[in-house]
Amino acid sequence: MSDDVNLYATGNQTVGPYLHIGLNWLVTPKIAGPRVSGERVTIQGRLLDGDGKGVNDGMIEIWQANSHGKYAHPDDKQKKPLERSFRGFGRIPTDAKGHFRFSTIKPGRVPGPGGTLQAPHLVVSVFMRGLLKHLATRIYFPDDPGNIEDPVLSLVPTARRSTLIARRKAKGLLEWSIRLQGKGETVFFDY
Amino acid sequence: MSKLAGYRRPHPGTQPDYDFPPYAGTTKRHPTQPLVIPPQTLSELTGPLFGRNEVKPTDNDLTRQHRGAPIGERIIVTGRVLDEDGKAVPNTLVEIWQANAAGRYPHPTDQHNAPLDPNFSGAGRAFTDAKGRYRFVTIRPGEYPWRNHYNAWRPAHIHFSLFGSAFLTRMVTQMYFPGDPLLELDPMYKCVADENARKRLISSFDLETTIPEQALGYRFDIVLRGRDATPMEQ
Repeated sequence: MSDDVNLYATGNQTVGPYLHIGLNWLVTPKIAGPRVSGERVTIQGRLLDGDGKGVNDGMIEIWQANSHGKYAHPDDKQKKPLERSFRGFGRIPTDAKGHFRFSTIKPGRVPGPGGTLQAPHLVVSVFMRGLLKHLATRIYFPDDPGNIEDPVLSLVPTARRSTLIARRKAKGLLEWSIRLQGKGETVFFDY
Repeated sequence: MSKLAGYRRPHPGTQPDYDFPPYAGTTKRHPTQPLVIPPQTLSELTGPLFGRNEVKPTDNDLTRQHRGAPIGERIIVTGRVLDEDGKAVPNTLVEIWQANAAGRYPHPTDQHNAPLDPNFSGAGRAFTDAKGRYRFVTIRPGEYPWRNHYNAWRPAHIHFSLFGSAFLTRMVTQMYFPGDPLLELDPMYKCVADENARKRLISSFDLETTIPEQALGYRFDIVLRGRDATPMEQ
Protein backbone atom coordinates (compact mmCIF):
# COMPACT_ATOMS: atom_id res chain seq x y z
CA MET A 1 0.00 0.00 0.00
CA SER A 2 1.16 3.51 -0.74
CA ASP A 3 2.47 5.45 2.25
CA ASP A 4 1.42 8.75 0.71
CA VAL A 5 -1.60 9.81 2.77
CA ASN A 6 -2.70 11.95 -0.16
CA LEU A 7 -3.27 8.76 -2.10
CA TYR A 8 -5.84 7.13 0.13
CA ALA A 9 -9.21 7.12 -1.61
CA THR A 10 -11.08 10.41 -1.23
CA GLY A 11 -13.75 10.40 1.48
CA ASN A 12 -17.31 9.78 0.34
CA GLN A 13 -20.00 12.34 1.10
CA THR A 14 -23.78 12.16 0.92
CA VAL A 15 -25.57 12.90 -2.35
CA GLY A 16 -27.84 15.23 -0.35
CA PRO A 17 -31.49 15.99 -1.14
CA TYR A 18 -30.92 17.44 -4.62
CA LEU A 19 -29.10 14.50 -6.20
CA HIS A 20 -31.61 14.31 -9.03
CA ILE A 21 -30.37 17.64 -10.44
CA GLY A 22 -26.99 16.17 -11.25
CA LEU A 23 -27.85 12.54 -11.86
CA ASN A 24 -31.20 12.28 -13.64
CA TRP A 25 -29.75 12.84 -17.12
CA LEU A 26 -28.60 9.20 -17.01
CA VAL A 27 -31.82 7.65 -15.71
CA THR A 28 -32.15 4.18 -17.27
CA PRO A 29 -35.36 2.40 -16.26
CA LYS A 30 -35.11 0.11 -19.31
CA ILE A 31 -31.80 -1.64 -18.84
CA ALA A 32 -32.34 -4.04 -21.76
CA GLY A 33 -33.59 -2.80 -25.13
CA PRO A 34 -35.86 -4.87 -27.41
CA ARG A 35 -32.99 -6.61 -29.24
CA VAL A 36 -31.28 -7.92 -26.12
CA SER A 37 -31.65 -11.66 -25.53
CA GLY A 38 -32.89 -13.18 -22.30
CA GLU A 39 -35.89 -13.61 -20.05
CA ARG A 40 -37.66 -10.26 -19.59
CA VAL A 41 -38.30 -9.13 -16.06
CA THR A 42 -39.62 -5.98 -14.39
CA ILE A 43 -38.52 -5.33 -10.83
CA GLN A 44 -40.36 -2.91 -8.59
CA GLY A 45 -40.10 -1.99 -4.95
CA ARG A 46 -39.65 0.75 -2.41
CA LEU A 47 -36.74 2.32 -0.60
CA LEU A 48 -37.84 2.53 3.06
CA ASP A 49 -36.26 4.33 6.01
CA GLY A 50 -36.19 3.21 9.65
CA ASP A 51 -39.78 4.39 10.17
CA GLY A 52 -40.97 2.44 7.14
CA LYS A 53 -41.45 5.69 5.23
CA GLY A 54 -40.61 5.87 1.55
CA VAL A 55 -37.40 7.74 0.71
CA ASN A 56 -38.16 10.36 -1.94
CA ASP A 57 -34.59 11.65 -2.26
CA GLY A 58 -32.91 8.43 -3.24
CA MET A 59 -31.67 6.47 -6.23
CA ILE A 60 -30.47 2.97 -7.04
CA GLU A 61 -27.93 1.87 -9.62
CA ILE A 62 -27.86 -1.62 -11.12
CA TRP A 63 -24.93 -3.48 -12.67
CA GLN A 64 -25.45 -6.86 -14.29
CA ALA A 65 -24.21 -9.44 -16.77
CA ASN A 66 -26.08 -10.30 -19.96
CA SER A 67 -28.14 -13.47 -20.33
CA HIS A 68 -24.99 -15.43 -21.21
CA GLY A 69 -23.36 -14.43 -17.92
CA LYS A 70 -20.91 -11.98 -19.49
CA TYR A 71 -20.19 -8.44 -18.31
CA ALA A 72 -19.68 -5.65 -20.86
CA HIS A 73 -16.28 -4.86 -19.40
CA PRO A 74 -12.72 -5.58 -20.63
CA ASP A 75 -11.80 -7.41 -17.40
CA ASP A 76 -14.41 -10.08 -18.10
CA LYS A 77 -12.27 -12.46 -20.17
CA GLN A 78 -14.82 -15.28 -20.37
CA LYS A 79 -15.41 -16.75 -23.79
CA LYS A 80 -19.09 -15.87 -23.88
CA PRO A 81 -20.96 -13.64 -26.32
CA LEU A 82 -21.22 -9.90 -25.72
CA GLU A 83 -24.27 -8.01 -26.95
CA ARG A 84 -23.42 -4.62 -28.38
CA SER A 85 -26.65 -2.98 -27.36
CA PHE A 86 -26.46 -4.12 -23.74
CA ARG A 87 -24.38 -2.18 -21.22
CA GLY A 88 -25.94 -3.74 -18.14
CA PHE A 89 -26.25 -0.47 -16.23
CA GLY A 90 -29.38 1.04 -14.75
CA ARG A 91 -29.97 4.20 -12.74
CA ILE A 92 -33.41 4.59 -11.21
CA PRO A 93 -34.45 7.46 -8.93
CA THR A 94 -37.12 6.92 -6.27
CA ASP A 95 -40.42 8.78 -6.67
CA ALA A 96 -42.24 10.93 -4.11
CA LYS A 97 -43.26 7.82 -2.14
CA GLY A 98 -39.97 5.97 -2.44
CA HIS A 99 -41.04 3.67 -5.28
CA PHE A 100 -38.67 2.50 -8.00
CA ARG A 101 -39.29 0.29 -11.03
CA PHE A 102 -37.11 -0.96 -13.87
CA SER A 103 -37.13 -3.58 -16.58
CA THR A 104 -34.25 -5.76 -17.70
CA ILE A 105 -33.34 -9.34 -18.56
CA LYS A 106 -32.39 -12.05 -16.09
CA PRO A 107 -28.59 -12.33 -16.22
CA GLY A 108 -26.76 -15.61 -16.74
CA ARG A 109 -24.50 -17.14 -14.13
CA VAL A 110 -21.04 -15.67 -13.62
CA PRO A 111 -18.04 -17.25 -11.88
CA GLY A 112 -17.46 -16.85 -8.16
CA PRO A 113 -14.32 -17.47 -6.09
CA GLY A 114 -12.57 -20.83 -6.14
CA GLY A 115 -14.20 -22.28 -9.22
CA THR A 116 -17.74 -21.75 -7.95
CA LEU A 117 -20.64 -20.39 -9.98
CA GLN A 118 -22.78 -17.54 -8.73
CA ALA A 119 -26.54 -17.63 -9.05
CA PRO A 120 -28.06 -15.00 -11.39
CA HIS A 121 -27.98 -11.66 -9.58
CA LEU A 122 -27.88 -7.91 -10.01
CA VAL A 123 -25.50 -5.80 -7.92
CA VAL A 124 -27.07 -2.65 -6.53
CA SER A 125 -25.73 0.67 -5.22
CA VAL A 126 -28.10 2.68 -3.01
CA PHE A 127 -27.80 6.47 -2.72
CA MET A 128 -29.88 8.93 -0.70
CA ARG A 129 -29.83 11.98 1.50
CA GLY A 130 -28.77 10.89 4.98
CA LEU A 131 -26.43 8.22 3.68
CA LEU A 132 -22.82 9.37 3.99
CA LYS A 133 -21.57 6.66 1.67
CA HIS A 134 -23.60 4.59 -0.76
CA LEU A 135 -24.65 1.07 0.24
CA ALA A 136 -24.07 -2.09 -1.77
CA THR A 137 -26.52 -4.97 -1.97
CA ARG A 138 -27.72 -7.66 -4.43
CA ILE A 139 -30.94 -8.85 -6.01
CA TYR A 140 -31.33 -12.61 -6.59
CA PHE A 141 -34.17 -14.32 -8.46
CA PRO A 142 -36.86 -16.44 -6.78
CA ASP A 143 -36.77 -20.24 -7.19
CA ASP A 144 -33.47 -20.20 -9.05
CA PRO A 145 -31.70 -23.53 -8.44
CA GLY A 146 -28.35 -21.69 -8.27
CA ASN A 147 -29.34 -19.77 -5.13
CA ILE A 148 -28.61 -22.74 -2.85
CA GLU A 149 -24.96 -22.94 -3.88
CA ASP A 150 -24.32 -19.23 -4.39
CA PRO A 151 -21.00 -18.35 -2.68
CA VAL A 152 -22.18 -14.89 -1.58
CA LEU A 153 -25.70 -15.78 -0.49
CA SER A 154 -24.28 -18.63 1.60
CA LEU A 155 -22.25 -16.12 3.67
CA VAL A 156 -25.43 -14.33 4.71
CA PRO A 157 -27.14 -15.51 7.93
CA THR A 158 -29.97 -17.86 6.84
CA ALA A 159 -32.72 -15.77 8.40
CA ARG A 160 -31.68 -12.70 6.43
CA ARG A 161 -31.16 -14.27 2.98
CA SER A 162 -34.73 -13.60 1.93
CA THR A 163 -34.02 -9.85 1.96
CA LEU A 164 -31.83 -10.40 -1.12
CA ILE A 165 -34.27 -12.54 -3.09
CA ALA A 166 -37.01 -10.83 -5.08
CA ARG A 167 -40.57 -12.15 -4.77
CA ARG A 168 -42.71 -13.11 -7.75
CA LYS A 169 -45.77 -10.86 -8.10
CA ALA A 170 -46.93 -11.94 -11.55
CA LYS A 171 -45.45 -13.41 -14.70
CA GLY A 172 -42.39 -11.28 -15.50
CA LEU A 173 -42.94 -9.03 -12.49
CA LEU A 174 -40.80 -9.22 -9.36
CA GLU A 175 -40.92 -7.22 -6.16
CA TRP A 176 -37.88 -6.33 -4.11
CA SER A 177 -37.73 -3.56 -1.52
CA ILE A 178 -34.87 -2.03 0.43
CA ARG A 179 -35.40 -1.67 4.20
CA LEU A 180 -32.72 0.37 5.91
CA GLN A 181 -33.61 -0.60 9.46
CA GLY A 182 -35.93 -2.76 11.55
CA LYS A 183 -37.81 -5.96 10.69
CA GLY A 184 -36.50 -7.38 7.46
CA GLU A 185 -33.56 -4.98 7.30
CA THR A 186 -31.90 -5.55 3.94
CA VAL A 187 -28.48 -7.20 3.92
CA PHE A 188 -25.82 -4.74 2.82
CA PHE A 189 -22.29 -5.65 1.83
CA ASP A 190 -18.98 -4.10 2.77
CA TYR A 191 -16.25 -4.80 0.27
CA MET B 1 -10.39 -18.77 -14.83
CA SER B 2 -8.36 -15.63 -15.22
CA LYS B 3 -7.19 -13.81 -12.14
CA LEU B 4 -8.14 -10.27 -11.25
CA ALA B 5 -6.67 -8.09 -8.52
CA GLY B 6 -9.19 -7.04 -5.88
CA TYR B 7 -9.59 -3.57 -4.39
CA ARG B 8 -7.93 -2.53 -1.13
CA ARG B 9 -10.02 -1.92 1.97
CA PRO B 10 -10.38 1.75 2.97
CA HIS B 11 -7.69 3.15 5.25
CA PRO B 12 -9.14 3.61 8.79
CA GLY B 13 -10.75 6.99 9.39
CA THR B 14 -10.75 8.08 5.77
CA GLN B 15 -14.36 7.09 5.01
CA PRO B 16 -17.46 8.16 6.95
CA ASP B 17 -19.48 5.81 9.17
CA TYR B 18 -23.12 5.26 8.23
CA ASP B 19 -24.35 6.21 11.72
CA PHE B 20 -23.25 9.76 12.45
CA PRO B 21 -25.61 11.49 14.94
CA PRO B 22 -24.37 15.07 14.28
CA TYR B 23 -25.95 14.68 10.81
CA ALA B 24 -29.57 14.06 11.82
CA GLY B 25 -30.46 12.60 8.42
CA THR B 26 -28.42 9.48 9.17
CA THR B 27 -30.56 8.44 12.18
CA LYS B 28 -33.26 6.57 10.25
CA ARG B 29 -31.14 5.84 7.21
CA HIS B 30 -28.15 3.83 8.42
CA PRO B 31 -28.07 0.02 8.58
CA THR B 32 -28.27 -1.30 12.15
CA GLN B 33 -27.28 -4.90 11.36
CA PRO B 34 -23.63 -5.69 10.70
CA LEU B 35 -22.64 -5.44 7.05
CA VAL B 36 -21.62 -8.73 5.43
CA ILE B 37 -18.09 -8.83 4.00
CA PRO B 38 -18.17 -11.06 0.91
CA PRO B 39 -15.41 -11.92 -1.53
CA GLN B 40 -14.94 -9.45 -4.38
CA THR B 41 -16.17 -11.28 -7.47
CA LEU B 42 -16.29 -10.55 -11.18
CA SER B 43 -19.58 -8.71 -10.50
CA GLU B 44 -17.85 -6.10 -8.34
CA LEU B 45 -14.51 -5.99 -10.17
CA THR B 46 -16.27 -4.86 -13.33
CA GLY B 47 -18.60 -1.89 -13.74
CA PRO B 48 -20.38 0.28 -16.28
CA LEU B 49 -18.32 2.14 -18.85
CA PHE B 50 -19.49 5.27 -20.63
CA GLY B 51 -18.50 6.90 -23.88
CA ARG B 52 -17.53 10.50 -24.59
CA ASN B 53 -20.33 10.71 -27.12
CA GLU B 54 -22.79 10.53 -24.22
CA VAL B 55 -21.94 14.05 -23.07
CA LYS B 56 -22.29 17.32 -25.02
CA PRO B 57 -19.42 19.78 -25.37
CA THR B 58 -21.28 22.35 -23.22
CA ASP B 59 -21.88 19.81 -20.45
CA ASN B 60 -18.68 20.83 -18.69
CA ASP B 61 -19.44 24.58 -18.94
CA LEU B 62 -22.28 25.40 -16.57
CA THR B 63 -22.14 29.06 -17.60
CA ARG B 64 -23.15 28.27 -21.20
CA GLN B 65 -26.17 26.05 -20.77
CA HIS B 66 -28.77 28.83 -21.18
CA ARG B 67 -29.35 31.94 -23.27
CA GLY B 68 -27.75 34.31 -20.80
CA ALA B 69 -24.84 34.18 -18.41
CA PRO B 70 -25.61 33.07 -14.85
CA ILE B 71 -25.20 35.55 -12.00
CA GLY B 72 -22.18 34.97 -9.81
CA GLU B 73 -18.45 34.65 -9.75
CA ARG B 74 -17.20 32.56 -12.68
CA ILE B 75 -14.70 29.86 -11.64
CA ILE B 76 -12.72 27.02 -13.20
CA VAL B 77 -12.68 23.72 -11.31
CA THR B 78 -10.12 21.24 -12.50
CA GLY B 79 -8.07 18.35 -11.19
CA ARG B 80 -6.94 14.81 -11.74
CA VAL B 81 -8.64 11.53 -10.99
CA LEU B 82 -6.09 9.04 -9.68
CA ASP B 83 -6.08 5.62 -8.08
CA GLU B 84 -4.38 4.85 -4.76
CA ASP B 85 -1.13 4.06 -6.57
CA GLY B 86 -1.11 7.55 -8.06
CA LYS B 87 -1.99 6.27 -11.52
CA ALA B 88 -4.28 8.42 -13.67
CA VAL B 89 -7.84 7.16 -14.24
CA PRO B 90 -8.46 8.12 -17.89
CA ASN B 91 -11.77 8.31 -19.78
CA THR B 92 -13.97 8.15 -16.73
CA LEU B 93 -17.23 10.00 -16.26
CA VAL B 94 -17.35 12.85 -13.72
CA GLU B 95 -20.79 14.29 -12.84
CA ILE B 96 -21.28 17.42 -10.74
CA TRP B 97 -24.21 19.38 -9.30
CA GLN B 98 -24.38 22.49 -7.16
CA ALA B 99 -26.45 25.44 -5.90
CA ASN B 100 -26.50 28.76 -7.74
CA ALA B 101 -24.61 31.85 -6.55
CA ALA B 102 -27.42 32.67 -4.11
CA GLY B 103 -27.33 29.22 -2.52
CA ARG B 104 -30.47 27.90 -4.20
CA TYR B 105 -31.10 24.67 -6.11
CA PRO B 106 -33.71 24.53 -8.90
CA HIS B 107 -35.47 21.65 -7.13
CA PRO B 108 -39.08 21.44 -5.90
CA THR B 109 -38.03 20.52 -2.36
CA ASP B 110 -35.59 23.43 -1.99
CA GLN B 111 -37.67 26.06 -0.20
CA HIS B 112 -34.81 28.39 0.69
CA ASN B 113 -35.86 32.01 0.28
CA ALA B 114 -33.15 32.91 -2.22
CA PRO B 115 -33.60 33.65 -5.92
CA LEU B 116 -33.44 31.05 -8.65
CA ASP B 117 -31.31 31.93 -11.66
CA PRO B 118 -33.00 31.19 -15.00
CA ASN B 119 -29.55 30.95 -16.57
CA PHE B 120 -28.18 28.33 -14.20
CA SER B 121 -29.21 24.70 -13.79
CA GLY B 122 -26.21 23.61 -11.75
CA ALA B 123 -25.49 20.24 -13.40
CA GLY B 124 -22.36 19.29 -15.34
CA ARG B 125 -20.59 16.30 -16.83
CA ALA B 126 -17.11 15.67 -18.16
CA PHE B 127 -14.75 12.85 -19.02
CA THR B 128 -11.19 12.64 -17.77
CA ASP B 129 -8.51 12.79 -20.47
CA ALA B 130 -5.64 10.35 -20.96
CA LYS B 131 -3.87 11.84 -17.92
CA GLY B 132 -6.94 11.67 -15.71
CA ARG B 133 -7.64 15.41 -15.95
CA TYR B 134 -11.14 16.90 -15.92
CA ARG B 135 -12.24 20.54 -16.16
CA PHE B 136 -15.44 22.46 -15.46
CA VAL B 137 -16.38 26.11 -15.90
CA THR B 138 -19.07 27.15 -13.43
CA ILE B 139 -19.96 29.82 -10.90
CA ARG B 140 -19.04 29.75 -7.24
CA PRO B 141 -21.98 28.18 -5.37
CA GLY B 142 -23.54 30.06 -2.45
CA GLU B 143 -23.84 28.80 1.12
CA TYR B 144 -27.35 27.87 2.20
CA PRO B 145 -29.25 27.11 5.41
CA TRP B 146 -30.47 23.66 6.37
CA ARG B 147 -32.40 22.56 9.40
CA ASN B 148 -29.97 20.04 10.84
CA HIS B 149 -29.36 22.15 13.98
CA TYR B 150 -29.90 25.73 15.10
CA ASN B 151 -28.54 28.25 12.59
CA ALA B 152 -27.06 25.51 10.40
CA TRP B 153 -25.50 26.56 7.08
CA ARG B 154 -23.84 24.36 4.54
CA PRO B 155 -20.41 25.58 3.42
CA ALA B 156 -20.20 26.29 -0.31
CA HIS B 157 -19.73 22.97 -2.09
CA ILE B 158 -19.97 21.11 -5.38
CA HIS B 159 -21.20 17.49 -5.47
CA PHE B 160 -19.02 15.08 -7.46
CA SER B 161 -20.02 11.62 -8.69
CA LEU B 162 -17.48 9.21 -10.24
CA PHE B 163 -17.53 5.65 -11.54
CA GLY B 164 -13.95 4.59 -12.13
CA SER B 165 -13.61 1.21 -13.81
CA ALA B 166 -15.48 -1.08 -11.41
CA PHE B 167 -18.56 -1.34 -9.21
CA LEU B 168 -16.14 -1.00 -6.27
CA THR B 169 -14.63 2.31 -7.43
CA ARG B 170 -18.00 4.09 -7.52
CA MET B 171 -17.92 7.15 -5.29
CA VAL B 172 -19.79 10.37 -4.54
CA THR B 173 -18.18 13.21 -2.66
CA GLN B 174 -18.37 16.97 -2.13
CA MET B 175 -15.73 19.56 -2.95
CA TYR B 176 -15.33 22.54 -0.62
CA PHE B 177 -13.57 25.90 -0.95
CA PRO B 178 -10.46 27.00 0.95
CA GLY B 179 -10.87 29.29 3.94
CA ASP B 180 -14.60 28.70 4.40
CA PRO B 181 -15.46 29.46 8.08
CA LEU B 182 -18.49 27.14 7.91
CA LEU B 183 -16.40 24.01 7.37
CA GLU B 184 -15.58 23.41 11.04
CA LEU B 185 -19.30 23.69 11.89
CA ASP B 186 -20.49 21.33 9.15
CA PRO B 187 -21.38 17.73 10.14
CA MET B 188 -21.07 16.60 6.52
CA TYR B 189 -17.48 17.80 6.31
CA LYS B 190 -16.71 16.53 9.82
CA CYS B 191 -18.02 13.03 9.15
CA VAL B 192 -14.61 12.08 7.76
CA ALA B 193 -12.75 11.36 11.02
CA ASP B 194 -9.17 11.58 9.74
CA GLU B 195 -8.14 15.23 9.62
CA ASN B 196 -5.84 14.84 6.67
CA ALA B 197 -8.45 12.93 4.67
CA ARG B 198 -11.01 15.61 5.58
CA LYS B 199 -8.80 18.45 4.36
CA ARG B 200 -8.48 16.70 1.01
CA LEU B 201 -12.18 17.47 0.44
CA ILE B 202 -11.16 21.14 0.19
CA SER B 203 -10.05 22.41 -3.20
CA SER B 204 -7.04 24.70 -3.46
CA PHE B 205 -6.86 28.05 -5.19
CA ASP B 206 -4.65 27.65 -8.26
CA LEU B 207 -3.14 30.64 -10.00
CA GLU B 208 -2.06 28.50 -12.94
CA THR B 209 -5.65 27.51 -13.62
CA THR B 210 -6.87 31.07 -13.09
CA ILE B 211 -7.59 32.87 -16.38
CA PRO B 212 -6.65 36.59 -16.38
CA GLU B 213 -9.69 38.90 -16.58
CA GLN B 214 -11.94 35.80 -16.66
CA ALA B 215 -12.16 33.38 -13.77
CA LEU B 216 -10.42 32.15 -10.61
CA GLY B 217 -9.15 28.59 -10.76
CA TYR B 218 -9.56 25.85 -8.16
CA ARG B 219 -7.88 22.48 -8.12
CA PHE B 220 -9.53 19.37 -6.76
CA ASP B 221 -7.84 16.00 -7.16
CA ILE B 222 -9.88 12.87 -6.51
CA VAL B 223 -8.49 9.47 -5.56
CA LEU B 224 -10.48 6.31 -6.30
CA ARG B 225 -9.91 2.95 -4.62
CA GLY B 226 -6.77 1.13 -5.76
CA ARG B 227 -6.11 -2.53 -6.43
CA ASP B 228 -4.19 -5.09 -4.45
CA ALA B 229 -0.82 -6.09 -5.85
CA THR B 230 -1.70 -9.77 -6.01
CA PRO B 231 -4.54 -11.03 -8.14
CA MET B 232 -6.97 -13.43 -6.55
CA GLU B 233 -8.52 -16.53 -7.99
CA GLN B 234 -11.67 -15.79 -9.89
